[in-house]
Amino acid sequence: MSLTLENVTQIVDGQYYINKANLTFEPGSFNVLLGRTLSGKTSLMRLMAGLEKPTSGRVLMHGIDMTGVSVQKRNISMVYQQFINYPNMSVYDNIASPLRLAKASEKTIKEKVMEIAEMLRITPFLSRLPLELSGGQQQRTAMARALIKDADLILFDEPLVNLDYKLREELRIEMRELFAQRNTIAVYATTEPNEALALGGTTTILHEGQIIQTGPTAETYHSPCNVIAATLFNEPPINMIKGHITENEVTFDNTIHFPLTSELNTLSAGEYQFGIRPSHLSLLPKNDDDLEISVQVEVAEISGSETFLHVRNAHFQMVLHLSGVHSYHVDEKIKIYVPTHKLNVFEKDGKLIQASSRRIEDHFHG
Amino acid sequence: MAEIHLKSLAHSYDTTANPPEYAIRQMDHIWHDGGAFALLGPSGCGKSTLLNIISGLLKPSEGDVLFDGVRVNDIPPQDRNIAQVFQFPVVYDTMSVFDNLAFPLRNMGAGVAKINSKVTEIAAILELTDVLNKKAANLTADEKQKVSMGRGLVRDDVSAILFDEPLTVIDPQLKWKLRRKLKQIHERFKTTMVYVTHDQLEASTFADKIALMYGGQVVQFGTPRELFEQPNHTFVGYFIGSPGMNFLEVKRCKEGVCFGDIAFPLSAAEKKALQHSTSNNLKLGIRPEFVHVWDKPNSQAQQANVEFVEDLGTYKIVSLTLGGVSIKARLQEDQKIPLQSAYISFPEQWLMLYIDEFLVEKENDDE
Repeated sequence: MSLTLENVTQIVDGQYYINKANLTFEPGSFNVLLGRTLSGKTSLMRLMAGLEKPTSGRVLMHGIDMTGVSVQKRNISMVYQQFINYPNMSVYDNIASPLRLAKASEKTIKEKVMEIAEMLRITPFLSRLPLELSGGQQQRTAMARALIKDADLILFDEPLVNLDYKLREELRIEMRELFAQRNTIAVYATTEPNEALALGGTTTILHEGQIIQTGPTAETYHSPCNVIAATLFNEPPINMIKGHITENEVTFDNTIHFPLTSELNTLSAGEYQFGIRPSHLSLLPKNDDDLEISVQVEVAEISGSETFLHVRNAHFQMVLHLSGVHSYHVDEKIKIYVPTHKLNVFEKDGKLIQASSRRIEDHFHG
Repeated sequence: MAEIHLKSLAHSYDTTANPPEYAIRQMDHIWHDGGAFALLGPSGCGKSTLLNIISGLLKPSEGDVLFDGVRVNDIPPQDRNIAQVFQFPVVYDTMSVFDNLAFPLRNMGAGVAKINSKVTEIAAILELTDVLNKKAANLTADEKQKVSMGRGLVRDDVSAILFDEPLTVIDPQLKWKLRRKLKQIHERFKTTMVYVTHDQLEASTFADKIALMYGGQVVQFGTPRELFEQPNHTFVGYFIGSPGMNFLEVKRCKEGVCFGDIAFPLSAAEKKALQHSTSNNLKLGIRPEFVHVWDKPNSQAQQANVEFVEDLGTYKIVSLTLGGVSIKARLQEDQKIPLQSAYISFPEQWLMLYIDEFLVEKENDDE
């Protein structure tokens, strides 16, 4: 069953919650909705589920108009941020409840519960009450209940937000494996770019009720369609610099000049915005087209294996995402290098005009 | 500002239980004055219990908490000169930002001039100057959280600022801004700060030293780099790093330890430790960042199967299998990745030996 949103708009008290959303999700696909808090992720999922009726537009399941058909009449499951289980039922009964509602035989129920519990590694806890479990186990119980009925559509609304970082890492991998073998459409809302990347599938970027970009996750990350997409889908946030291109050179903030490189020389003269990812900046020159910029250190955030170095000059702030440990003093003067072929070039209004180029390195090793 | 000393500290919520069940197992720690510390660990590890003991919300069942050498066990939280920032911002909604920030100073009976200068200073640092006259209720979540922090910073007499998962409700892009701010504030004021989180990135970027907790114990207390490069327990290896450390179960053999028919040489200190132990619970650990991946055979490399590759934007994770065991390698964004079959090697420097889950030091100080 494919799910299609056709020009779906939702207006509440004169405010656009969702503005002309067009999307199609195929059976067996895993789809991430990425956006900030209040960007419309939950609203969009509620419209997909039929918990809300759009102000205009249509929701189609496998080509059939389902707009206005209530959620009970659709084959849909939802998993929320809060761990929602029936507190007075055992884990077994919690998982079994959708099948009991569907009047399945106890034999079928048992088989299915055991199968799904095994998959989600909660078999040892089936006779316990949900509140006797850890957060991760409670959320696995809710997920098992959502998965047991072979829904056409499963909606996950930031399901891992309340869990430990490490547990999230494990559950993401499990989810990917679980859905690899299913025909269900999975939709997963998150605020975190790194979570979207870890989940894979396709990613749809939402901002202020509008769909900004949609496509295979890694591709969307590497080729953001505009400044908003580039900003939302990068962690740490992408560095943006204003500049202009003349006949033979590029100028950043009227102060830093460099010649047009092969990657940039197709661009016509004019004003642009340049985006450079923190991970593409370095402390040593590496490429023939590197641009050297003098900056001052604001602060170095050092994790055990990486450094996030925040720097500034008179015109802009930047962050570098470096491998390894690099200690610097506050206000220390250093030079950083911008590989100019890695610049994402956006028009003045924000639209992408040229994505950063990927020169695959030939050497191997870790 | 103060040094925090946890002296023979332990805590049990139920002291009548037999055998006693400890939420915090006995520990001794000195957290130096002006340091930035993180309590990191999974939920249920005891980190919040420990924070509550430091703040005075909870009285330890055993041992002492000393601030600058003075025992504070019996001193209630409000008299400990501690500022706290919680997961959900605590602001007085009906007051302006200015009044929120001035509140602790007014409580202390500070003069108007002092209040004005202090609030203006802190607001400037936190980039709250433009909203000083706004009602706190009208602020965004990150602004509210900055006000919560600001209330801790206006006081000169604060012994320590305690943060309990302060960035959980903040969107990722703003998290970066706020975290940087916090770090800058620490560099400037050098107030002792203790930060509780389950997020290793938050802990490691904020703290000079991390106490990694598990099962009511501090498993390792060290710099982020030490926790990454020298995890002293397999749990530290697993919990720190994304993905965590790779482990190979190995057996004793002539050369040192062997994984199947692959022999791994050991340092003198490792060999000695192995001789002194009778355990068969032996593991080699290596971080995904340190696994080398090649497309052609070489004398050090072992053939492994490439199972799948995840593109995580700034880097890629390659999942490989070696002798039936899954190994992950972390490669740069633009590095080429072999298809199906790869050759991997483990640089000796980064290969750690664990006996009964504990690290064996590569060099023995006694020798």
